[in-house]
Amino acid sequence: MTMWTAATALLSHWRRRPLQLGALLSGLALATALWSGVQAINAEARASYARAAAVLDQNGLAHLVSPNGRAIPQSAFVRLRRAGWNVSPVLEGEYRFGTTRLRVIGIEPLTMPAETDTVDLGNAEDLLSFITPPGIVVVSPGTAEKIRGQTDLALRVSDRMLDGAAFIDIGLAQRLLRREGELSRIVIAENQRPGLEPLGTLVPTLSVRESNAQSDVEHLTESFHLNLTAFGFLAFAVGLLIVYSTIGLAFEQRRPTFRTLRCLGVSLRALAVLLLSELVLFALAAGAVGVAIGYLVASLLLPGVAATLEGLYGASVPGTLSLRPEWWVSGFAIAVAGTLVSSAQSLLRLMRVPLLAAAQPQAWGRSSQAGRRFQVLAAAALLALSGALLLWADGLQAGFGVLGCLLLGASLLLPAVLSSLLTLMQRTSSRALVTWFWADARQQLPGLSLALMALLLALAANVGVGTMVSSFRLTFIGWLDQRLAAELYVAARNEGEADRLRTWLAAKVESVLPIVSVDAEVRGQPMQIFGVVDDPTYRKHWPLIVGIPDVWDWVASGEGVLVNEQFWRRERLSIGDELDLASDWKAAVVGVYSDYGNPKGQVIAGISALTSRYPHVSRLRYGLRVKPDQVADLRSSLSDEFGLPPENILDQAALKEQSRRIFDRTFLVTGALNIFTLGVAALAMFSSLLTLSEMRLPQLAPVWAMGVTRRDLALLELLRTLVLWLATFIAALPLGLALAWVLLAVVNVEAFGWRLPMHIFPYEWVRLGLVALAAAVVSVFIPLRRLAGLAPSELLKVFANER
Amino acid sequence: MVIALRNLRKSYETAEGRLEVLRGINLDLGAGERVALTGESGSGKSTLLHLVAGLDRPDSGEIVIGGRDISKLDDRGRAAYRRAEVGLVFQQFNLVPSLDVAENIAFHAKLAGRHDLAWENELVERLGIGPLLTRYPEQLSTGQQQRVAIGRTLAARPGLVLADEPTGNLDEANGDAVLETMLSLSKGTGSTLLLVTHSQRLADRLDRQVHLRSGKLE
Repeated sequence: MTMWTAATALLSHWRRRPLQLGALLSGLALATALWSGVQAINAEARASYARAAAVLDQNGLAHLVSPNGRAIPQSAFVRLRRAGWNVSPVLEGEYRFGTTRLRVIGIEPLTMPAETDTVDLGNAEDLLSFITPPGIVVVSPGTAEKIRGQTDLALRVSDRMLDGAAFIDIGLAQRLLRREGELSRIVIAENQRPGLEPLGTLVPTLSVRESNAQSDVEHLTESFHLNLTAFGFLAFAVGLLIVYSTIGLAFEQRRPTFRTLRCLGVSLRALAVLLLSELVLFALAAGAVGVAIGYLVASLLLPGVAATLEGLYGASVPGTLSLRPEWWVSGFAIAVAGTLVSSAQSLLRLMRVPLLAAAQPQAWGRSSQAGRRFQVLAAAALLALSGALLLWADGLQAGFGVLGCLLLGASLLLPAVLSSLLTLMQRTSSRALVTWFWADARQQLPGLSLALMALLLALAANVGVGTMVSSFRLTFIGWLDQRLAAELYVAARNEGEADRLRTWLAAKVESVLPIVSVDAEVRGQPMQIFGVVDDPTYRKHWPLIVGIPDVWDWVASGEGVLVNEQFWRRERLSIGDELDLASDWKAAVVGVYSDYGNPKGQVIAGISALTSRYPHVSRLRYGLRVKPDQVADLRSSLSDEFGLPPENILDQAALKEQSRRIFDRTFLVTGALNIFTLGVAALAMFSSLLTLSEMRLPQLAPVWAMGVTRRDLALLELLRTLVLWLATFIAALPLGLALAWVLLAVVNVEAFGWRLPMHIFPYEWVRLGLVALAAAVVSVFIPLRRLAGLAPSELLKVFANER
Repeated sequence: MVIALRNLRKSYETAEGRLEVLRGINLDLGAGERVALTGESGSGKSTLLHLVAGLDRPDSGEIVIGGRDISKLDDRGRAAYRRAEVGLVFQQFNLVPSLDVAENIAFHAKLAGRHDLAWENELVERLGIGPLLTRYPEQLSTGQQQRVAIGRTLAARPGLVLADEPTGNLDEANGDAVLETMLSLSKGTGSTLLLVTHSQRLADRLDRQVHLRSGKLE
């Protein structure tokens, strides 16, 4: 017998069971798709951070920085150059071009080391234009679109630039940022002349930051990528479980074929090689589909991920995916490795089980008593560990540890809880069919438990993340209502126009609230310091978390400042702590305010205190308090009088709407991930029910023979699935709420620095329950149709003496 | 229960074409009569039993049980007939795997609305399955499973007991013991018994024998 003939015999199994083959291939494709999709997103984002770090931060080289976060005097740079050091100055800050705020990086192209991947100025003419007034701003095409017409500077578009950033000459940067004679850092070239005076002697107040340190953005986004990876791994694991159960059953069902082939002279080794080849073939086919779907998933998710990263962390990631060859290779590798891992047990059984042992496809789906006991013990240990981490550990990793242990422990516990529940129901029922219904549901449990665990995780994630996002949204909108108290916001295009505007507005509005801010470094962190006037608006509306009595008097006097929650938590500040805001400016923390969605620290000081230290601070933007019915008139008057473009005059409603839109866009990806998770669970359920339906006949035929119609059996089958889904859904609610609490009270605080109150949204649970119900009905539809349409002759085969 | 089969025909579609399994069967069974149905493999014994049990429908002919033609009943009607009037014992896969022995024994009687605990206890005692009541079918030997199946069938006190090779999986000694118990108990309930068997030795122990050859009774 040739190998080909043997292979044909083995493959004929799949021809007879196309749905089983479909479940196997879809499980594999799903595992590959979601894993490689998530990896692609992470790789793209990380490549973007690396590019940003390399281009914007010259991250490949060492830098001299000020350890206390203060600005470096330009004289330090001059001293180093004179001493022969090959160094180059950089000044960074945020600057508003009209309504667009950009990260401005001032460089000195003549001294910038050649190995830095900064801006390409091409030729001497470009270089001259860059360093001589009026100067050039080098930006990405996207940024150029935004700031065109908002600046008198010439724009130069570069594809290598990242959105939201601009390269300019350092002299120009010092003027725009009003930081004459100051530097943010000094880049040190790799090649230096030997025998130079040590840096420690020349600039003793500065320290060297080595190259390739993890960038701030990478650090900030770590938790987000960890979340994505966890989701990818969950989907991968569920996909592999589908593969595991399908292959296990297929091997058991083919045992007679294996036996026949062995009896006809096919060696065990040859049989193993054939089966392995079959699996690799399937893995490659499903891997190709998986990688393609993964690419599609990544492409669909990436814009959402980019929005989330920008909204939450201020990280810029392109919304388009580049197709990398290593991605294809790793996709196929993961498909093959996943197949081999999930079929290893079946292959080992093939090698070990005696040639003439009978097949036991019914027994195959059951788990052993010892296995169940181990599962419960493992669940208890994980839940205990989760509690211990919550009580005694802190940090982001510990937060994720609490989440991981909680979810895994609860899902491992689910089969035991459901089994106990079903036993209880069985014991309390007296009618024969009802008793059988519960008993049969309990018997199906081992075969369905993996799918139910996946469902529990998916539902809990939906409830948990949904509660977190909705709580966030509710708090955010309430906070926005408080914070955006001014009826109209106006931005002048230059200081001259701003002066005229102030004078003009004085007689027309109830109060003018200047929005002035400077970028600074406080306690080594990049910060924004806002100056506010003493106005009842702030006293009435500004959302404070804690504050001393008469807090606004302290702010107005310049002796006290407010800090945002994230800075307060990050620095573990207390009321009364003193902050070093500038070289001659110290102020005490007198209050803390919520500042959702801002990755950076922020300080609010009295406007006089700010402007006396920063006399040239830009005063282009204003909040205006007017009676609501006067807003429209004032808006048109402003437009007529000053010719301001519409984007420079925003009313409160428009601004709130804009903020809400940004918020919703930020959490778009969580919604998509929730749907994917639920889809994965539904597919796992479908696959499990399909696998079980192959083994159901011997369990159902005796009941049918005793007078229960096929229709009633099918209805009971539907009801059983729905009961298990419902029980899992009910179990998912407390788990989801626990997940939400950990996210809000532990993970968010560690990751973002703000803590949100938790709200309950029962309506969302009903909606999720209905979606889950629809998924349950869909997942049971095909197995049910098969059962309802089963010919009596099929059921009779169960009782036939020669089956 | 009186049974009358009139000109019963049944065929199946196979890869080779239509296969006629029963070709005009006529048979009468008196109330409480115990009849052995014998024949070669493939002669149609099981098919005939399934038709009488209401598990399948004939192509034509009548199956009159207690004065009612069950071949005219729809799926629901035939299910009700099986539930109320028939007890079935097969060679294998008799028991409901998710229920323990006690629940299996009571199952059909409860479905039929004739649950009688005293009668069940008596059956358990006479079948010698008292120590097995809390076990599940997969924890029983084949002989024990057959005893439980007989107990379950008789617990419902059906008017008609249909058995398809009930001792086919058992050795001779066990088979004899199981059959003996079944015959004695069914006699006590007054049930009509139609038993399919290959074994002439077993057939000899019943009231009457009918032999099926190529779809026809001899």
